[in-house]
Formats: sequence, C-alpha cells, structure tokens
Amino acid sequence: MGDFDFAIIYNNLPFLLEGMKTTLLLTVAAIFGGIVIGTVLAMIRLANIPVLSWVAAAYVNFFRSLPLILVIFWLYFLVPLILGRPVGAFASVLVAFVLFEAAYYSEIIRAGISSIRSGQAAAARAIGMTYSQTMRFIVLPQAFKAMIPVLLTQAIILFQDTSLVYVVGLKDFLVSAELIANRDQKLIEMFVFVAVVYFTICFAGSMIASRIQRKLPV
Amino acid sequence: MQYNWDWGILFRDPYIWWLVDGLQWTLTIAICAWVIAFCLGSILGIMRTSINPYLRFIGTAYVELFRNVPLLVQLFLWYFVFPELLPEEAGRWVKREMPMPGFTTTVLALGLYTASRLCEQVRSGIEAVGIGQRNAGRAIGLSETKVYIHILLPNAYRIIIAPLTSEFLTIFKNSSLALTIGVIELTGMTRQIEEYTFQGFEAFTAATVIYSLVTFTVMGFMLHLEKRLYVPGMIAAEK
Amino acid sequence: MKKFIITTAISACIAIGFTGAAFADAGNSPTLKRIADRGYVTIGHRETSVPFSYIGDAHEPIGYSIDICLNIVQAIKTELGNDKLTVKYVPVTGQTRIPLIANGTIDLECGSTTNNLTRQKQVSYLSTTFITGTKIASKNGSGITEIEDLEGKIIGMSAGTTNEKALKAAIAEKGIDVKIVTVKDHSQGWLALSTDRIDAYGSDDVLLYGLISKSKNPEAYQVTGRFLSFDPYAIMVPRNDSTFERLGRIVMSDLMRSGGMETIYNKWFAPGPTNINMALSDRLKGAFDTQAYPH
Repeated sequence: MGDFDFAIIYNNLPFLLEGMKTTLLLTVAAIFGGIVIGTVLAMIRLANIPVLSWVAAAYVNFFRSLPLILVIFWLYFLVPLILGRPVGAFASVLVAFVLFEAAYYSEIIRAGISSIRSGQAAAARAIGMTYSQTMRFIVLPQAFKAMIPVLLTQAIILFQDTSLVYVVGLKDFLVSAELIANRDQKLIEMFVFVAVVYFTICFAGSMIASRIQRKLPV
Repeated sequence: MQYNWDWGILFRDPYIWWLVDGLQWTLTIAICAWVIAFCLGSILGIMRTSINPYLRFIGTAYVELFRNVPLLVQLFLWYFVFPELLPEEAGRWVKREMPMPGFTTTVLALGLYTASRLCEQVRSGIEAVGIGQRNAGRAIGLSETKVYIHILLPNAYRIIIAPLTSEFLTIFKNSSLALTIGVIELTGMTRQIEEYTFQGFEAFTAATVIYSLVTFTVMGFMLHLEKRLYVPGMIAAEK
Repeated sequence: MKKFIITTAISACIAIGFTGAAFADAGNSPTLKRIADRGYVTIGHRETSVPFSYIGDAHEPIGYSIDICLNIVQAIKTELGNDKLTVKYVPVTGQTRIPLIANGTIDLECGSTTNNLTRQKQVSYLSTTFITGTKIASKNGSGITEIEDLEGKIIGMSAGTTNEKALKAAIAEKGIDVKIVTVKDHSQGWLALSTDRIDAYGSDDVLLYGLISKSKNPEAYQVTGRFLSFDPYAIMVPRNDSTFERLGRIVMSDLMRSGGMETIYNKWFAPGPTNINMALSDRLKGAFDTQAYPH
C-alpha cells in the first residue's frame, strides 16, 4: 500500500462530490416517496378493505420477491414507454426505487402501527374520531416515533442500495469513482476510497439509530 | 404503439435454454454463498454471544464492517482490488488461474457479506433461548462448548428458521449483482435476450415470474418446515 | 357572409388539395404524418458510440450516423414541403432505444445498432452503413494474431454480446484450449487486458480501435485476426412504415451512388476527429456500391 496515491482522490474531489450529490438526492427522494406510498399501503392493509387490502398485500409481496436490479431494468425500459418521452436515467431509477422501497417501508410501518395498542385506537373512536382522524392524530404520530430507528436503518440500506444504479450507468458516487479508476488506472485508490466513504456514513448512521433505539421507552 | 408482442420467443430455442441456464447460475450462486454465510454467520454469532470479550469484539467488528459497505462495492473490492494487494504470484493466480473468477468472487463476496447479517440472526436466536437455559446447562456440568452444541444452537436455529429463510431469499435476489462482473445469471440472461431479440418486455416478464415463483415456493416450504420444527412457547409459529 | 364562408371553404379545399399533392406519399406514412404534426424530426442518438453517434465538444450529438440522418431530415423537409422542420435530439441507450421507437418518441435511431433478422420483428432498418465483426485486441509483441494463437492463454469478452457467441463458437470449432473470461462491458474488458487478467480481448473491430485510441498508450495495443462474425450496422426506423423506409433508402442510395457516403465516412474514420484511423474497407465500399439502387 506504500504507493497509495492520495492526489488522485484530491484532484477529482469536485467530480466525486457531484456523484455523491446524485447518490444523496436519490436516497432522500426515494426515502420520501417510499415512506409516503408505504404508509398508504400499510393503512390500506390494516383497514381491511376487502379487495384493496388484498391488492396492497400482493403488491408488497410481489416487490419483495424481486431483485432490485431487475426492478431498475424494468423501469428503465417501462418509464419512457409509458410516458411517451425520454426521461433521464435518474427519473427512471427514482421511480424504481420508490416503487421498490415502498414495499419494504410498508412492512415496517405496518408493524409500527400494529405495535400501538389497539386500546388507544378504540378510545379515539369512542370519543367520536373518524378512522382517518384516529390515524392522523393518535396512531401515526406515535407509530412513527417508535419506528424512527427502524426507518433509519432502512434508510441506510437504501443509501447502500443506490449503488446499484451502476447497472444503468447513472453517474452516482460509485460510477463517478469507477470512471476515474478506469481512466487513470487507479483501481485500488478509488475503490478503497469509495468503501471508506460509504462505511463512514453508514456506520455513523447506524450508531445514531441504535442510540435513538436505546433512548426510546419500551 | 408499435411494439410487436411475441411471447413465443420465451419458449423457443435457444432463448428458453438461456433462461434455464441463467436460473441454474442464480441458484448455484445463492446456494454456495448461503453455505458460506451460514457457517461463518453461525461462528460469528457464537462469538458475539461468547463470554470472551475479545471474541465478542471480533464478531462485532466484522458485522459493522461488512454491513456498512454496499454489497456492490464489496464485490468490486474482491474482484478488482483484492488481487492487486496480494503478493505478485498469488495475485497473478487469482487473476488468471482461479477457476471461474466471476462466479467464485461473487460467491465469496455474497457469502461474506451475508454472514454479517446471519450472525445477527444467530445471535438473536441464541439470546432468545435465554440465559436461564445457558446457566442450567453450565449447572449440570456441561462445558461452554457443549452448552452451545447441545442446548443453545439447536434451539436457536429452530427459533430463527423464518429469518434464515428470508436471508436465503435475500441472497437469491442479491445474486443478480453477479452480472456487474460479467456472470450472466438470470437477470443477465434476461438482458441478453432483450439485446438479441429486442423483445425486452417478454424477457423481463419471464425473469419476474421466475423470481417470484422461486421466492413463493421457498416461502411455502419454509412455513411447512416452521410448523414442524417450532419450539413450543417460542414466537415464530404463532403467526 | 354566407358567400364568404363558402369561398373560404373552397379556397381551403384547394389549398389542402395542393398541399395534398406535396404530401403525395406522406398520407399513408404514420411517421411522416407525425413529423408534419409535430413540426420536428426526432433523432435518437447515443452518447458514447464514438465516432458513430456521440456528444461532441459543443455538447451537441455528432458522428457518422448523425450526418447520414441529417441528410434524411433534409429529404423529409422536401417531401413534406416544410422548410421550417427542426431536429430534436433524444439520447437513447441500448435499453431505451426499443421502447422509444415503439411508442413513437423517436423517428430515426442514429447510433451503432446491428441489423439482424430477429430484431427485424420489432423494428425496421435502412441500408447498411457500416460493417464490423468480431476481432481480437492484444498487447503488441504478445505474438497473438489469430484466435488459434491463444492456445493455453486467456481471452476476455463482453458477456451477452454477439462477440461472445462468435468467439465461443470459433473456439469450440477449432478445439482451442483457451480460458474464457466474461466481463460486464468494454471498459471492464479493456481494464482486464491492461492489468494482464487476460491476454486478448474480443469485440467488434471498430470498438477495439476506439478503445485503443482512447487508451493511455495506443502504440502498445494491436487489433488482429480475421472477422469471426458479421455485424452490419444500420439506422433504425419504426416498423410497418414502408413509405418512410423508402424515403430513407432513396437518400442513402443517392449518397452511395454519388460518393457522398464515402466523404462522410472519411470525415469520421480516416483518420477522424478521434484519430480512430480506419480506412474504408473494400468490403464496405462494395456494400455501398451494391446498395446504390437506381431510380
């Protein structure tokens, strides 16, 4: 490791930062979209509406049975076909992540909502709140608070998963680093650097998650 | 829409054989990697629940290291960087002589990565068996090793059958990453069919159906197994 | 008032009649009709298929295929009698070109797409613009010329390509004892060759020349051997539109007959802006001659 060339990293920092921006933007947008759709799916399943609940369950199980790479390929092919106009790789990939992650978030949120004692929901209904009011003011706020560590852990997994956009060549952090690695034949430096950066961010994230976990009342 | 549907393509020679071949690779990678993950994950799980602080530290360090770096990056590290760090001779062997380099690397990387996840499952299984049984075992004069072999592990595995199955399914899905280093498994084959025939829709549908079928079959089998093996009074089978 | 309406209606009919004459053929071509409605021709281009279709220094798509397509655009303008038609460029990739042609987003795909009979079920192709095939690249002084020289050595190929099939078939046929390594794409393949993971890399000759011209020291590599496969490139158009296809073929026949095609070829390949340096082969010259159909 004696001839580890730090200059190559330093010199290409702006380019790498640009890639990291894409990675982070994708992560944040996918978390947001995933949680929104995931919450809707979870609520449909818990509300026990005959056909809809079944559809939501089928959606969740279906997406959970597929590799993310395949979903990325599917959407890369489908989004332009459906929209009738070309969309950049970013948009296709974002749709893929939102649809895919929604299935996972839905399971987390469903477990979170179920963990709020049904007595509370019954009490809310008893004082005359509607189903949606009960959800909005009583169940969801508590459920989300209890779910923060798990949601954070899932966010870290999602952050790692964004590296898979490699397969459609979207210039995220990993692809940017690989471009430099190939161009300048600095494989060791670039890949080790990528690993260290991912590790630092994810490790910090998981430390925070477990700290919050410990602080939460059981 | 000018798309020309041709579902028959999936059942014609050679494309049907490409799919079969791809599925074979996917399953082989998944099973081999799972064996590595299961063995190493169990050892690490034991280490993390051990009374020896050094062993516990090694277990924890392994888990943190391997689960905080994206699998794809790990795959690249093994494939591109690892041979360069070896002594000249050994590096040359890995790069040139090692049989099926892409396949071997994928199995190794996937196995080592999943071991960190399995370790956590095994650990939670052992912890679920409880300190009481552990102490009881020691009290009747069993050694630490024997407590693990006869009491903790058999019970732990039975408790964590569901998570173990879902880890297998995760490996099964993650094996698609092999295509990034040139192993044409099921997802790779699908893209190959699309590339050759331009019938992408049909090809992707085929892969989707195959992945789902395998997943649901394994899950059905797991439910059956779980019912037969559940430890009375323990979670899992009550769902 | 009524009279005015009738006169207007009549003159409108006459006007339509006249433009109708200009449309002549366009009436039964969904593609031409679409172009007339939109007021622009949509060209699907690649971003890195050097020198066929790529993003140039001015951030505009340029290349051999693009130049040919611009000639076709000129003919579309004449056909539709609309000089104000503009060109809209849409980037495509190996995977998005089919959905974008199928749903009518792009009218012409001007990249580096191989024409084969299976694909013709899904799209139509214009005349062959380029002929390539599988060859092997190796380091200079490696003593490798033909695939037979790889006995006991290692060859790399991009997984899932026609090159892979052709190379494997040739290896099996000759019974050569060579180790095969598949890689994800050309950049990984080139990396493998430069880091001595493999002794030779097999791919389309034009891509190999391109990879060499981009590498750090182009003098260190060579492209050798006979063609192990036949890959004719062509411009893709939507299927089931023979009128539009014919229009394209007329333009290309004229270019091939007049020598215009050769001029475009030399501009991009001999030596070309990227220094790829591939002189017009007899084979391609012959293809130009045979595709120069008379009127």
